Amino acid sequence: MKIAATFAAAAVVALTVTSVVAQSDPVATREKLMKENGRQAVIVVHMMKGQAPYDAGAADAAFAQWADTARKLPSLFPDSAKTGGDNRASPKIWENKKDFEAKIADFAKVVADNRDKAKSSLDGLKVAVAAVGKSCSDCHKDYRLSKQ
Amino acid sequence: MLRKLILLAVAVLVLGIGAFWILTIPATVPANALPPHTPNLTNGREMFFAGGCASCHAVPKQKDHTRLGGGLALRSPFGTFYVPNISPDMKDGIGAWTEAQFVSALTKGTSPEGYHYYPALPYTSYQHMRIGDVRDLFAYIKTLPPVSGRVRGHDLPFPFNIRRTLGLWKLLFLDGKPFEPDPAKPAQWNRGAYLVNGPGHCAECHSPRNALGAIIESKRFTGGPSPDGQGGIPNITQFKLKDWSVADIAETLKSGMTPDADSVGGGMVEVVSNTGQMTEADRAAIAAYIKSLPAVEGVAPPKKTGK
Repeated sequence: MKIAATFAAAAVVALTVTSVVAQSDPVATREKLMKENGRQAVIVVHMMKGQAPYDAGAADAAFAQWADTARKLPSLFPDSAKTGGDNRASPKIWENKKDFEAKIADFAKVVADNRDKAKSSLDGLKVAVAAVGKSCSDCHKDYRLSKQ
Repeated sequence: MLRKLILLAVAVLVLGIGAFWILTIPATVPANALPPHTPNLTNGREMFFAGGCASCHAVPKQKDHTRLGGGLALRSPFGTFYVPNISPDMKDGIGAWTEAQFVSALTKGTSPEGYHYYPALPYTSYQHMRIGDVRDLFAYIKTLPPVSGRVRGHDLPFPFNIRRTLGLWKLLFLDGKPFEPDPAKPAQWNRGAYLVNGPGHCAECHSPRNALGAIIESKRFTGGPSPDGQGGIPNITQFKLKDWSVADIAETLKSGMTPDADSVGGGMVEVVSNTGQMTEADRAAIAAYIKSLPAVEGVAPPKKTGK
């Protein structure tokens, strides 16, 4: 019991520390999340194109990653974190904060609504990812800067 | 002695102004230079999407790309351009224009009133279009809905507000040559080369520009800073697109999805809404040509100021 309690306490401390670290570098955190989002997108798109076999577990892992991103995003764009790193966050985010936050909420909803469909079948995955992809690009189109 | 010098100075000034005036006469295509032509509306529609006319000329903040009432504000290092109405409205658009006037506008950058257009209208690329294609485009635009309302004039500081000086700019940067196919290359490549360098005007965004706002020729297609100052425009030579196949490029032009399951952003979203309406064959041709662009490194982006 004591050992379990110690581990539990350690886990709480670790989570707190990582979230504090995350808060202290929102630019790095959001870049990491987005890169991982992209990696998951490539995996599911390969399945959709028939370049890899359909795997419900992998499909669900992608949606888990996107759901996690949607949860964390709202706190990763404070006024103090507008620039830095390879930052591609457009200044328009802070000029239109309400709209930006609405887009994050839309993304969270689309991911949640389509998660079951994605792990049900390949056809379900295709529909689910198309919906999520549209939500990604709806936000990116206005709020992510293009790279030279 | 002083009188002689003053007279000489005046003479030089008058000759200078005269020479400037003659050198900057806006070129036009006269009506009698146009042979008989039956418009092909299907081709006109293809040119409309290849040319991306709606991206600038459609009424902003609404989804109907056929409403070409203008009004979009185009920010540039030279000031802000307000895109005019080119709907077939008889009073506020181009409904009363002749074919020759439309051809002069797109291939010479000259307005029906005889003044120079700013190269915000990319006649630097459109000058390479076949006259028949331009005439088909005109016929197609005339089938679109008329939109009333004139757009305000451009907001350009001195000296950029003096249109006549564009005559000198054109002497420097327009070659006035229509597209010439390369007989050593396959038909598909030539079609792609025509679409990209003529109506597609891809290089107009995807190239860096010099202080006079003209494309730096040796760096054509290597991308550059975004004209509105936010973000950058990618290099589309093999320096950056080495890992993209022809099919990848064609797919991006169709759906906006990149080979790494990402989507294009910024101004390219508008472009894809046009290229997505073109034929599969034309997209494949564009992709084949773009894939053939030799690798050239772009001009380094300006250092981030951290602001």
